Amino acid sequence: MIDFSEIFLILPLIVIGFGILVSLVFEMYSKQSEKILPWLSILIFTITAIFSIATISEPRDVVFHNMLSVGGNTHFFYFIFNIGAALVSLLSIDYIKKYGTYYGEYYILLQSSVLGMMLMAGAKDLLVIFLGLELMSISFYVLAGLNRKKLSANEASLKYFLLGAFATGFVVYGIALIYGSASSTSLDVITADFSPLTNNLLFIVGVLLFLIGFSFKIAAFPFHMWVPDVYQGSPTTVAGLFSTGGKAAAFSSILITLIAVFSNSAQNIFTPYLSVIATLSMLFGSIVAIAQEDIKRMLAYSSISHAGYLTIGLASGNEYGVAGIIFYLATYTFMNLGAFGIVAMIEGENESNLTISSYAGLSKRKPLLAALLALFMFSLAGIPPFAGFFGKYYIFISAIKADLTWLAVLGVISSAISVYFYIRIVVLMYFKEADSELIIHDSRTGLLALIISSILVVLLGIFPGTILQLITSFI
Amino acid sequence: MTLELILFIIFALICAVTSVLMITRSNPIISALFLILNFAALAGIYLLLHAQFIAVAQVIVYAGAIMVLFLFVIMLLRPEKEKLLAIAPRLKISAFVLAFIVLVQLVYMIFVSGSSGSVKANAEMSIKAGTIETIGTELFSKYILPVEAVGFLLLAAAIGALVLAKKKFE
Repeated sequence: MIDFSEIFLILPLIVIGFGILVSLVFEMYSKQSEKILPWLSILIFTITAIFSIATISEPRDVVFHNMLSVGGNTHFFYFIFNIGAALVSLLSIDYIKKYGTYYGEYYILLQSSVLGMMLMAGAKDLLVIFLGLELMSISFYVLAGLNRKKLSANEASLKYFLLGAFATGFVVYGIALIYGSASSTSLDVITADFSPLTNNLLFIVGVLLFLIGFSFKIAAFPFHMWVPDVYQGSPTTVAGLFSTGGKAAAFSSILITLIAVFSNSAQNIFTPYLSVIATLSMLFGSIVAIAQEDIKRMLAYSSISHAGYLTIGLASGNEYGVAGIIFYLATYTFMNLGAFGIVAMIEGENESNLTISSYAGLSKRKPLLAALLALFMFSLAGIPPFAGFFGKYYIFISAIKADLTWLAVLGVISSAISVYFYIRIVVLMYFKEADSELIIHDSRTGLLALIISSILVVLLGIFPGTILQLITSFI
Repeated sequence: MTLELILFIIFALICAVTSVLMITRSNPIISALFLILNFAALAGIYLLLHAQFIAVAQVIVYAGAIMVLFLFVIMLLRPEKEKLLAIAPRLKISAFVLAFIVLVQLVYMIFVSGSSGSVKANAEMSIKAGTIETIGTELFSKYILPVEAVGFLLLAAAIGALVLAKKKFE
């Protein structure tokens, strides 16, 4: 029987679920839904984020017949997803009008995708991971193609759907093999029996298939083909969510599934696979991003290279790696959402102003936007005082501790390459004259979102140690 | 002869005959209808094996939902206007080869390798696990959270389908 005190423990999930239903009712019956829904979803995301962070030190507990974990890093992930989604909603209020289609379902699907991410991060059972993954992905497919009149949006949605379904096939096949060899889908059982199971070829193949499926979702190198087209075609705000929330959720699932690997790095038999993926993604992403003229495509390739840096943490397979990944995901979410947010504000009607050259001379006309974009770009490039630097630093430290110094060196080389295309935008904004007049729609809510994310990036850069300690104490 | 055996023979005969009829008809709609009959008879065999839930799922999901979808697609495509059904001989040969491989595999499994010990030992338990009562109790006690998650998944899918298919723009 269900113990009703458990209901309190999963309150973050219940608030979001309830929010979806309430938003649906508003959308159906209220004429004012266009005004109410954005703020309602922002309210729901904020409540959930605050509640998650307030109960983060809840004794770590497993509820609902071992299906869901509570407290600790699970709640830290809830915080990342919900703050990210709240920022996306704030940015969307004015963006969606400019983009030309308003559907109330936009905000409902945002909420359901966040519910999926939360299930993925909190799962204690492979079944729940799979359901969360599908809930998130299905919401994403629809969000990508929300504007049916745009050919590029249709292409993005269809491409994302087909490749996403393909990747899900890998994940399910992997789960089936893991279940077959471990006789259980419970992650606790799999973690406890991990060492004997690694002698079983079926189990290894299962985990590899699982990792390949998730490599699609985190946009790592050989499985990245969809990323640039999907980011370019979908609404900019939504693309921001794909690259941050979606990636963070996929990494959280990998971490909780393979936690046995990270408690003892001697067991990490997946290091060869993961280091190859990491190397290829970092270098490919950074090098190809240099050649991009469209800023959304550039951010897409940068997202691929960031997936590579994060995978270094997986490859090193120690506690530093886990803590580094979680910290990096937090910083990456805020800085990348900031960058996408500015792109969304600069973007004109009919997808204009999306080339990198349209940012020339931005500092003259919009000094605040230019300064914020410079901050996010410095952070993404990993330049010291900002949070992005510490994320990369912790990941590289974990690789060195795991005797993978060559991987850390490649990571440093790749981030040196990436400095070029991040700083190019800063140079364009400050030292070039605009060659064409740019019409920028002001958006006060969007600016609020940008300021919040810049404050978070700066804060994470000032107090990285405190936050890292908090994360490490929960591992 | 027990009743069980008589029923088995009836269902097995229906299964075999309908599958032969299905692949020999030239009208795809009739083929699809025979496939539905085949699925229904297969459900009967599942029931004889005490797998209640699989039998019900077979009727509802395969014979019901999926085959209706098939029929719709066939009727919308109107294949009788096109001469699609003249299969190339090369295709026919590979189909025969594939069918033969599956047959060999099945014969090997049933007559040569035999069922493993653990399967026989747990036969009683697996019969119990296959009943609708057990599955229902498990779903609404141990797996209540995944069931709720499936609810939201279907809701999101329905909303998504509605958004993409909605006729009126703003």
